[in-house]
Amino acid sequence: MAVEDDEIMREFLIESRENLLGLDRDFVALEQNPRDHALLSRIFRCVHTIKGTSGFLNLPSLEKLTHVGETQLSRLRDGEILLDTQATSALLAMVDGVRRVLASLETLGSEGSEDFSPIIAELAKIGQKQHRASAAPSPATVAAKTPPRVSVPAAPELVAAVVTPPVAAAPSAAPAVASAPSNVPTPSAHPAKVERLPVRQATRPAAPAVAAAPSPGEQDAARAASVAETAIRVDVALLDRVMNLVGELVLARNQILQYGAKSNDPGLVNASQRLNLLTTELQAGVMKTRMQPIGNVWTRFPRVVRDLANVCGKSVHVELEGSGTELDRSIIEAIKDPLMHAVRNAIDHGIESAERRVAAGKPASGRLTFRAYHEGGQVNIEVSDDGGGINTDKVRARAIERGLVAHERALRMNERELLHLIFLPGFSTAESVTHLSGRGVGMDVVKTNIEKIGGTVDISSERGIGTTLKIKIPLTLAIIPALIVASGGERFAIPQVNLLELVRLEGAQSRRGIETLHGTPLYRLRGNLLPLVFLNETLDLPGPGAGVDVINIVVLQADDRQFGLVVDGISDTEEIVVKPLGKELKRLDVFAGATIMGDGRVALILDVLGVARHAGVVSGGRDRGVAEPVAPTSAQAEPREMLLLFRAAGSERMAIPLALVARLEELAPERVERAGGREVVQYRGSILPLIRLDEDRPNGRRALYDPLKVIVYSEHGRSVGLVVDEILDVVDEVVRVEDAAAGRGLRGMAIVQGKVTDLLDVHAAIRRHDPAFFERKEAAA
Amino acid sequence: MNDAQKLCTFTLADLVFGVEVMNVQEVLRFQPMTRVPLASATVRGLINLRGQIVTAIDVRARLGFSTLSDAHEPMNVVLCTKDGVVSLLVDQIGDVLEVEPSTFERPPTTLPAVLRDVVRGVYKLEHGLLLLLDVERVVLLPEHRGVEDAA
Repeated sequence: MAVEDDEIMREFLIESRENLLGLDRDFVALEQNPRDHALLSRIFRCVHTIKGTSGFLNLPSLEKLTHVGETQLSRLRDGEILLDTQATSALLAMVDGVRRVLASLETLGSEGSEDFSPIIAELAKIGQKQHRASAAPSPATVAAKTPPRVSVPAAPELVAAVVTPPVAAAPSAAPAVASAPSNVPTPSAHPAKVERLPVRQATRPAAPAVAAAPSPGEQDAARAASVAETAIRVDVALLDRVMNLVGELVLARNQILQYGAKSNDPGLVNASQRLNLLTTELQAGVMKTRMQPIGNVWTRFPRVVRDLANVCGKSVHVELEGSGTELDRSIIEAIKDPLMHAVRNAIDHGIESAERRVAAGKPASGRLTFRAYHEGGQVNIEVSDDGGGINTDKVRARAIERGLVAHERALRMNERELLHLIFLPGFSTAESVTHLSGRGVGMDVVKTNIEKIGGTVDISSERGIGTTLKIKIPLTLAIIPALIVASGGERFAIPQVNLLELVRLEGAQSRRGIETLHGTPLYRLRGNLLPLVFLNETLDLPGPGAGVDVINIVVLQADDRQFGLVVDGISDTEEIVVKPLGKELKRLDVFAGATIMGDGRVALILDVLGVARHAGVVSGGRDRGVAEPVAPTSAQAEPREMLLLFRAAGSERMAIPLALVARLEELAPERVERAGGREVVQYRGSILPLIRLDEDRPNGRRALYDPLKVIVYSEHGRSVGLVVDEILDVVDEVVRVEDAAAGRGLRGMAIVQGKVTDLLDVHAAIRRHDPAFFERKEAAA
Repeated sequence: MNDAQKLCTFTLADLVFGVEVMNVQEVLRFQPMTRVPLASATVRGLINLRGQIVTAIDVRARLGFSTLSDAHEPMNVVLCTKDGVVSLLVDQIGDVLEVEPSTFERPPTTLPAVLRDVVRGVYKLEHGLLLLLDVERVVLLPEHRGVEDAA
């Protein structure tokens, strides 16, 4: 008996949770269209079912709460009162209350001790004002209607009867209505009621017929019922287990295929081919069972948007496109929170207040569009608002103010790069911190969470038009296509999504193909410098040995940077089953997991972003995503830049933006004096500290030039002299910065006048010599 | 604690260790494994245990003992821990012994710290001493420990 009760309770919890999701959505829809009878009926049925079952399961506080809600809903449905914002809020508060009770039932096994009387009081208030104002139904009729309404739930012995009405509400069971008089308005049984509803009759002439002919909503319900007969609920854990087994089967299949390929036995070859096909189909089938429409996440959004918009005093309506787009369960889970962040941001920062919208010639109510669609084996999810767009000037100012990006760099950034600054940790442009967002967590969390599941995030924005956040995610995480490479006697799998192309250099090509710049290996891929990373070195593996004259470069995309991974050998692409690494190895961010190869051995899966970070291609710190992308996606003209070229010990060609240079001076070495442990010269009536760039260079001997060539750099009234070997030239060129060597006091390198040139990071150089330089500047400014 | 406890025993250098049989999933002879670059020396590699990927921990390295000669292949003691399945590489598998709680003692304080860290206590057997291994501690690699302890 107790077991049965548990079973019933479990069923009740699952069913109610689904119902509640639908309720959120329906209430918001209802608010927009308060006279939608079908919607109201559906909501009513749903609350009624919960109330009925809670009585049956002896859950008094849940029953009490839903009873009051049901009472008001029946008044709404009967057209006695009209739904307004306050009523919706009260009813939604009730839904939340129900949700809390259910949660408590699930975790604690009891209803919990929450006092719902404030919600009940709020519910009771619904329609009171309307009555006084419109007085459409006379007080007498309300009074007349009250007794039967109360009598139903008040009598516990009637509980069994109460449970049936969800069925009774369906038109086919019309006779049952008679036993529960107040629940369904049937014109024949209650002719008086129809008379009492002049308003509804005027607006919806068909209303009296509702009970007789199934409304569209009820037809939906009927259809849903037939779907329920052909669909079953399956435990997710069971699905996961089946999925794991299929993963095993895929591996076993791979092994058999390998033997089959070696064998001459036609029977084995045939059987293995058949096994291959069947496994592929089975895999696809099982994957499908784990697929869920993205709509499952989205159903929450209209409600969330409504609540957030109300808090912000804005009006926003939601459009959902492609709710049926299917995604693997694990991914659906993983994108819930990032999407919620995006929604908060759009409402709080994106969509303007009604007055500002009207002033800008837009409809007063904002629009938030969710769009999902499949594209090239990936799922795209877009969240767009029609708000004010992102003010990139503010973004730039904020990023500089927060110290997220160097001043000079921020000034050179294009729109797209500026937009991407909002993904940096600690960034927030909201003028005031609201309780919705603006705590400086948000977009960077969105980005990290999406990247964690192998997805990418992009943002586009047009001032005054709106902002679109575009998320690309893989369909599934469990089985992925990967390239198998070998290095140092080990095999590694590289996820195909990161793969751009393969380059193979042989013979003389392999000896000349790789250039080094300051110890940094580079390859010219169609004129662009591709930084190279040797997998053997990165992973501390033995090298390929001498006499190998083949170089395999796997060109990979990490973040928005490309790099070439040099491996010993490239074998094949394979579908691999991703398996997690044990906790002991989670710390190693160069591996995304492991897989089992056809021969039964384990191979590690490379985390391309992790490898890039480990090798210094992508910096791991706050600059992530800020640095110049290798290939700007837009076809817009690249910015030309005036550069001062010079030679400083250790580097034949260095450059800094001419904009940063105040003057070029030649000074006699004897003018150099020492003060405060630093070299200084008296310069134009003040003291100019000198920075010897040669000191920055490894193994660099100090230049002993006479006169000293000094680049005077000024910022905010303070100056510093950079001592260099020789001034070479000033050029005006399109500069494409490659970040291969960034971080070693360099901003990167670029091809200037056809030659590879180091770009000096002036700020970093100054800071190394005088860490306080920029602080004093700020104090002075 | 219940009266008699069953321990799966194994040797490592000149020491005899025991782990509770409940923790032991299985015992395997040496398996081919894939080493993990950049991982600590304690992680010997990954083995494929019927489709499950299991980290093999070199207990000798973990305890700072010299490595076993190549001629001698270690055995796998596959354990279920609260963080999943791991395998301990040990020199030799012994019997399953029933031990009396009355013969149990806390580890002597003079035991080297690294050993004391992973040993819950000592059973005084008729012919020698049996160290009770703390499964959760032994799989906790040194580089994690600071974090774990802080948490």
